Amino acid sequence: MQFVQFRGMNPVMEGNPPRILVVIPAYQEERSIGELVRSLRGRYPHDVLVVNDGSTDRTSENAREAGAIVLDLPCNLGIGGAVQTAFLFARDHRHDAVVRIDGDGQHEVEDIPKVLEPILAGRADAVIGSRFLGETGYRGSIPRIFGIGFFRLLVNLTTGYRVTDPTSGFFAVNRSLIEFYSHHYPSDYPEVDAYILMHRLGARAEEVPVRMYSRAEGKSSITTFRAVYYMVKVTLSFLINRIRRFG
Amino acid sequence: MNRVTLFSICASAGLLLYILEMVRRRKLREEYSILWLFGSTVILVLSVKQDWLDGIAHAAGIVYPPSFLFLVGILFILLILIHFSIAISKLHQMNKKMAQEMALMKNGAEMNAAGRGEITKER
Repeated sequence: MQFVQFRGMNPVMEGNPPRILVVIPAYQEERSIGELVRSLRGRYPHDVLVVNDGSTDRTSENAREAGAIVLDLPCNLGIGGAVQTAFLFARDHRHDAVVRIDGDGQHEVEDIPKVLEPILAGRADAVIGSRFLGETGYRGSIPRIFGIGFFRLLVNLTTGYRVTDPTSGFFAVNRSLIEFYSHHYPSDYPEVDAYILMHRLGARAEEVPVRMYSRAEGKSSITTFRAVYYMVKVTLSFLINRIRRFG
Repeated sequence: MNRVTLFSICASAGLLLYILEMVRRRKLREEYSILWLFGSTVILVLSVKQDWLDGIAHAAGIVYPPSFLFLVGILFILLILIHFSIAISKLHQMNKKMAQEMALMKNGAEMNAAGRGEITKER
């Protein structure tokens, strides 16, 4: 990957309205996905893409009925593989920006313009919605807050980014990162790893305050039992990404 | 010839023949058989050529020569397991790419069937 050229690429063409893709990775979200897609379609002119990560329920049908473009993965790839599929789609359909939000109602649809604005203005390559910036009213469990604190320390110590919410899955990226991520995107907790990738690329990342809620439907993909495993795995993958070659 | 040596000759010769037979019947791909063939050959040779084994074991400071055979065996097993982990990782990566490609192709086919090659905003 040509790190040097990265900054020079300006994503948004002058004059044309930007092509924006809202991406929702979804696994067994049949109860919340329809409503979410409808509220996105009702509010924004953006394309709405649901990546159905091998769900066995009606996630795909409900998303289609609500008017989303749906990519059905034939088997469960996990969050990173699903989101990467969306980057491949956005790359092929020449989108200028991708906004990724959760399919379970955790993220506030109304905050989408906040994460897009710095990208469309050309000020940032990535904008991450943080639940800890400003008065966002987030309340999380103690293990979760501990995990977030750990990753925050990891990111802040190894990259130059001042990060408050390193595991936030509410973010937007521009065309340059769409192209890079379509080739290289991490698997578990991809958001933490993504900071190292952005750091290596010299990407400009910033956080904006957003609202996040406790999950409306379904269970978080991260149970407390697996949290320790993920922390070790993500730390390893994070540190390896510091010394890895991307070609 | 002591019994452990006899046993290791039989075992490594049997293993060698079994692997060759599996490759011949195309149940085992050649690239995965190489380490197995190499490993069983080394153990077989060291089992037959007692003086070689004794010499190497002595040079390595091992008092009981057949235990050097175990060491060689364990090292080969480790190598083969690492080889498998790498092979699985590669398959994992290929599987991911294929799943992603399938999802994108299915979507492309659906869009073509609906008469639009490019996504449009129907609002």
